Amino acid sequence: MPLLDIRGLQTSFHTRAGTVRAVDSVDLSVARGETVALVGESGSGKSVTAYSVLRLLPRGQGAITGGSIRFDGTELTTLPEAAMRALRGNRISMIFQEPLSALNPVLSIGWQIAEAIRLHRPAGRREAWARAVDLLAQVGIPSPAQRVHDHPHQLSGGMRQRAVIAIALACEPDLLIADEPTTALDVTTQAQILDLLRTLQAERGMGLLLITHDLGVVAEVADRAAVMYAGRVVEQAPVRTLFDAPSHPYTEGLLASLAIEHLRPGTRLPEIAGTVPSLLHMPPGCAFAPRCGRAQAACHELRPALSQPGPHRVACHFPLGAGRRTPLELLGEAA
Amino acid sequence: MSIAPTPLLRLHDAVKHYPASGGTVHALDGVALQVERGETLGLVGESGCGKSTVARVALRLTPLTAGRLEFDGQDLTHLGGSALRSLRARLQMVFQDPYASLNPRLTVGRALREPLIVQRQGGGEAEQRERVAWALARVGLRPEMAQRYPHEFSGGQRQRIGIARALMLRPELIVCDEAVSALDVSVRAQVLNLLLGLREEFGVAYLFISHDLSIVRHMSDRIAVMYLGQVVEHGARDSVWRAPLHPYTQALVSAAPATRPSTVRRQRVLLQGDPPNPLNPPAGCRFHTRCPLAQARCREEAPVLRPASDRHWVACHLQ
Repeated sequence: MPLLDIRGLQTSFHTRAGTVRAVDSVDLSVARGETVALVGESGSGKSVTAYSVLRLLPRGQGAITGGSIRFDGTELTTLPEAAMRALRGNRISMIFQEPLSALNPVLSIGWQIAEAIRLHRPAGRREAWARAVDLLAQVGIPSPAQRVHDHPHQLSGGMRQRAVIAIALACEPDLLIADEPTTALDVTTQAQILDLLRTLQAERGMGLLLITHDLGVVAEVADRAAVMYAGRVVEQAPVRTLFDAPSHPYTEGLLASLAIEHLRPGTRLPEIAGTVPSLLHMPPGCAFAPRCGRAQAACHELRPALSQPGPHRVACHFPLGAGRRTPLELLGEAA
Repeated sequence: MSIAPTPLLRLHDAVKHYPASGGTVHALDGVALQVERGETLGLVGESGCGKSTVARVALRLTPLTAGRLEFDGQDLTHLGGSALRSLRARLQMVFQDPYASLNPRLTVGRALREPLIVQRQGGGEAEQRERVAWALARVGLRPEMAQRYPHEFSGGQRQRIGIARALMLRPELIVCDEAVSALDVSVRAQVLNLLLGLREEFGVAYLFISHDLSIVRHMSDRIAVMYLGQVVEHGARDSVWRAPLHPYTQALVSAAPATRPSTVRRQRVLLQGDPPNPLNPPAGCRFHTRCPLAQARCREEAPVLRPASDRHWVACHLQ
């Protein structure tokens, strides 16, 4: 049984212009010790999926309107709020994109870590504080016994993100959700934080659900990946398969955009024409059809469903065949 | 030796300090850069290294604390009034955030006419509208979109509008400050292709500023690398990219995320820590606090840019 098992998830938002399905028919699972990346561009529904798992949707605006989310056998969509609160920050934790807004500016980071511990564990102040120092050491903050007294503004961006990770790990979660954990960081810092997440995940055997727009990050840390487009998962596969033999034309397009360093400088880059459709005006067929070079009449009429459960699933009427060369290889030959 | 042509843009020993609570921010400390006519100079570095300050300084949006700025051989450092205004028509800027750089209350057509009005160019209104239609078409938007307001466009479309606005005066130099960073990957390539096409068509020069080394490499003829307010290395694109000499550039190149999953973990030059605070830049080489190769000399003596080869300069004691 997977640690996290999402089936047919549908999350809707009420806007002035109408109700939109930000997440529609999403299937996704994360096993213990596994890193699953949820990849997509802005507005694809990847963050809403993560927030749905934690039931952190803005009250009165967004709600889970269908499907099921099972965490270690427990159904989360119908769980009473008190029980949900006992899980959040305890067995399921989250790391946010912008560390500065995830931290309380007027409290020391030691206080904030200790708070997370004492909320869920019968630990005394002293014990929680000692554990906070210990956690800061584990996330690679130098001289943790001094730094534990620092307030967020005294730390650099990379150190703040380490502090956020320390809070998330405070109660030794089974599942860690990381929403664009390195997007706000510089490249050299990003490499450090990815290294840290990889090490911590391996040591603790946590499930890690990584939300990102960056396929480079996916290649670095994930075991499996699901690609989202306009609220739906369009392809899901082990990362090697996804990179070597993508089946969905959108995945292929995203991968081609990653190939910039394999191209001769100054040459035209492969691009995906057009723009993502508005969730308010979704095309009747495949949401990607208006931008897809392979689209045929059926694609504009009939929405493709994700293929049957298995390691490699794709939602496309005309998936790219197996055994052909990858976009990277094709580009390598062209360069 | 032939006489070198006058560079289009030239920064000479540029210093920019900002007062801040607790001291002075050393945003630029002795930066020398030049962009030749029709050339793209890529400027790469992490946040806080001063690359956006270079953009602001190059357009005279902010005055230099010391040093000199020249455009096409003319000293711009202390120029003001109408002389500055008429030079500004020849250099334009594309900003990072397509949402913040367009006035939400102006139609796109009005926003695009603004530079013509300011510069008293383009004749009457009808003629100006024609030029707006031309610019919109050139960036792949429909002329009737001039009637619409910015909120009706996607991020990628807004960035095209920003580029169209920069094109209105047919500038010789466009400064692009993180022009594609806010865009989704699928749209990023469209905008980069547009910029490449404009260079081919109009021979415009770019000062292309980005934190993303792979994008800078694709767009540039030459690359300059900044760290804490200084240029630490610059040279021809391929020599900087393939054979970086400064330990910081080497770390930047190796920190770039993978392009495919690999069973073998790549050997990385992983830097320790974060860039130091520009309020109190370290003495000696500014990179020595994070440099894996730092020696005693690096802590005391600041290295100057020296030619390592014909077209490759580096500021490092160890080279």
